[in-house]
Amino acid sequence: MPEPAIVVESLTRRFGEFVAVDNVSFRVDKGEILGFLGANGAGKTTIIRMLCGLLSPTSGRASVGGFDVAREPEKVKASIGYMSQRFSLYDDLTVTENLSFFGGVYGLTRKQMVPRMKWALGLAGLVGREASLTAELAGGWRQRLALACAILHEPGIVFLDEPTGGVDPISRRSFWDLINELAAAGTTVFVTTHYLDEAEYCNRVMLIHNGRLVAGGAPSELKARVIRSPMFEVECDRVIDGMEVLRRQPGVKDVSVFGNSLHVVVPDADEGQRLIREVLGAQGIEVRRMAQVLPALQDVFISLVEPRSGGRWPEVAGHESGVGGQRSVVGEPRPGDGR
Amino acid sequence: MNLRRIKPIAVKEFRQIVRDKRSLILLLIYPALLMVLFGYALNFDVKHVSLAVLDQDNSRASREFIRSLLHSEYFDLRGYLSRPQEVDELLDESRVQAVLVVPTDFGVQLASGREVKVQLNLDGANSNSAAAVVGYVTAACQSFSGRILTDLLLRSGRNSISLPIDYRPRVWYNPELRSARFLIPGLIAIILLIMTVVSTALSIVREKERGTMEQIIVSPVQPIEIILGKTLPYVLISLVASVVILLTGWGLFGIAVRGNVLLLYLGMFVFLMGGLGLGLLISTLTHSQQAAFMISALLTMLPTIILSGFIFPIRNMPVVIRLVSYIIPARYFLPILRGIIVKGVGFGALWQSYLFLFGFAVLVILLSTARLRRQMA
Repeated sequence: MPEPAIVVESLTRRFGEFVAVDNVSFRVDKGEILGFLGANGAGKTTIIRMLCGLLSPTSGRASVGGFDVAREPEKVKASIGYMSQRFSLYDDLTVTENLSFFGGVYGLTRKQMVPRMKWALGLAGLVGREASLTAELAGGWRQRLALACAILHEPGIVFLDEPTGGVDPISRRSFWDLINELAAAGTTVFVTTHYLDEAEYCNRVMLIHNGRLVAGGAPSELKARVIRSPMFEVECDRVIDGMEVLRRQPGVKDVSVFGNSLHVVVPDADEGQRLIREVLGAQGIEVRRMAQVLPALQDVFISLVEPRSGGRWPEVAGHESGVGGQRSVVGEPRPGDGR
Repeated sequence: MNLRRIKPIAVKEFRQIVRDKRSLILLLIYPALLMVLFGYALNFDVKHVSLAVLDQDNSRASREFIRSLLHSEYFDLRGYLSRPQEVDELLDESRVQAVLVVPTDFGVQLASGREVKVQLNLDGANSNSAAAVVGYVTAACQSFSGRILTDLLLRSGRNSISLPIDYRPRVWYNPELRSARFLIPGLIAIILLIMTVVSTALSIVREKERGTMEQIIVSPVQPIEIILGKTLPYVLISLVASVVILLTGWGLFGIAVRGNVLLLYLGMFVFLMGGLGLGLLISTLTHSQQAAFMISALLTMLPTIILSGFIFPIRNMPVVIRLVSYIIPARYFLPILRGIIVKGVGFGALWQSYLFLFGFAVLVILLSTARLRRQMA
C-alpha cells in the first residue's frame, strides 16, 4: 500500500466562536482526483488554506506530501501547486513572462526552466503565442495558462480551488481532460467545485457542509449508497405545485425539482409510478412523461443536505458570503427553488 | 531569505513598471516638472518691490535720498505722488506695496543738522515680504545717515573719520542669499518621497485586488523576499528620477552639487528604501488602490512640507510638534541634501542623519514584512 499524498486527521479550525472546519478526517492517495464539494462558506477554502500551509489548524493534524502542514509549511508550499478560482495571472505580462515569474518564485533554475516552459506552453496550447499579453487571452486559455503556472515546478500534489468558474463548457471539458492526464501521470489532484457535473469526473468526492464531511466516496458508490430506492423523473406542468403535493404524500420518500421536471424517490417502482400519476392527476397536473432514472450526484447531495439545512442548498439561497457566490451555479437547475 | 526568489519578483515588478508607459513617463518626468513648478513659484526672495514716493520736499537732498533707495534691485519705482490722500488709495488697491513719504523740510533740516522724520507706509498682508522691505529701507536709511554724519564731521575739520563699527556680513554657502539654494534640496526630498510612497503603496494593493497575491503566498516565497523584490525596481527608477531632478536643478536654477555625489546617492538610496518601505506598509494596511493612494498622499505631502524643516525651521516649533517631526524621514534627509548640495560638507557632519534614515528604512521594512506575514497566514 503506497503512502497517501494527503492525510487529514480530526482537522478542526475555529475562528472565535465559529467552527469553520469541524473534526474532518480523510486521505487522498497518490494519483487520485479528489473532488471537494460544498457551498461557499461550507469550509472548503479553509481546508485548502490549511493544507497549503497558509493557516494553522486549531486542532487535529494534516500532512501533505509527507510534511506536516503546521510544522513544516515551507516544505508543504514547495511540494504543492495551487491554482485559485480567479486564475490569477499578471495581465500586463506576456505568457512567457508569467511562466518565468512563477517558475522563479518556485526556485526553478534557468536550466530547468527551458524544458518546463516548453512543456507548459504545450499543455496550455499556447505555442506560438508566447509573446501575447495575458490580458488578450480568452478565458479557457487563461485558465490553462494558470494551471501551467501552478504546476511548472512539477509538484506531486495540485490544489485547484474552483478552477472552472466562468469558463465556457467546451473549455471546461478540455480542462478536465488535462486534469485526467495529470492524474494519470501520478499527480494527486485536490479540486473544489460547485459544478456537480464536474464532480462526476473525480475518482472520489467528498461533500462538506457547515464544516463537516457529510459523505464521501466514488460518485457511483455514493449514488448507490445514498439513494437506494427507485427514482423517477417526472415531466409535468406546474412543477412547483406538483412538488408540494407529492411532498405531503406519505408514500413518497423524496421530491426535488430538476430543471423543469421533478425527481421523485419512492420505495417501490411500480407502486410509486401509480401513486405519482394518481396524486398529480387529482390536482389536475398533467404528466407528460415519466421514466425511472439513475440518480445524479445532485440528487445525492440534496437528499443528504436537505434535512440539515432546511432544504436549501446554501449557495443558491445566497445567504453565504464568498467570492464565488455571485456567479455560482449548482448544476443547471436550481433545486429547492420552490420552497 | 533567498536571492534566487527575490530576483524573479524584482524582474516581474520592473517589467510591469516599464510596460506601463504612462506611469513610467510620469515617474521620470513628473519630478522634473514639479521641480520647475515649485522652483519658480516658491520664491522667498523679496525683490522688485513696487514703491511709490510722495516727495513733499523735492529738494536736491530729498532726491538724492530717494535715488539711494532705488539704486538697488529691491525696489521698482511706480511713480511720484502729489497728494497725501493718494497713499491710502494706492495701498488699498494693492497697486504698490510700499509708499515712502519725505516731508517738506527734509533738505533744510538736514542741512541744519537736525533730525528729520521719513515715513514708510507698507502693506503688511504678507508679513514675510513686509519684514524684508522694512529691513532694506532701514539699512538704506542708516547708510544714508552715516554718509551725512561723516561728511559733517569731515567738514568740521577732522581729516580722517570712520564709523565706530565696520560691519561686514559674510554669508557662507549661499552668498547671494538666493532662496532657491535653500528650497531646491528640500524639493528633491519631497518629490522623491511622494513619488516612491504613492507608487509602491499601490503595488501590493493592486496584487490583492487582482488576486495574484494569493498565488504568490502559496509559493515558498517569504514576506521579506516579496518586500525587497518589490522595493528594488522602484529604487532603481527613483534613482534615475533623482538624476533628472538634480539635472533640472542645475540647468534651471544653477544649483550644482558641491559635495560628494556618492555620499549624496548613499543618502538618497537609504531615504528611498524608507519611502518605499512606508509605501509597502500602507499597501499592507489597505484593501483598495484608492485608499492606498489617499493615505500615502496624506502621509507624505503635508507632513513632509511642514515638518521636515523644508520651509519652516523645526527649532521654532512647539515641543509637541517638534516631537512629531522626529518620525518624518525627510527631516533627516534634508540636512543631508542641504549639507552636500549647498554646503559641500562630508559624512562627519551628517552621520547622525544617515543613521536615523537607515533606522527608519529598517523599521518600516520590518513592519511591512510583519504585516505581510500576518496577512499571509
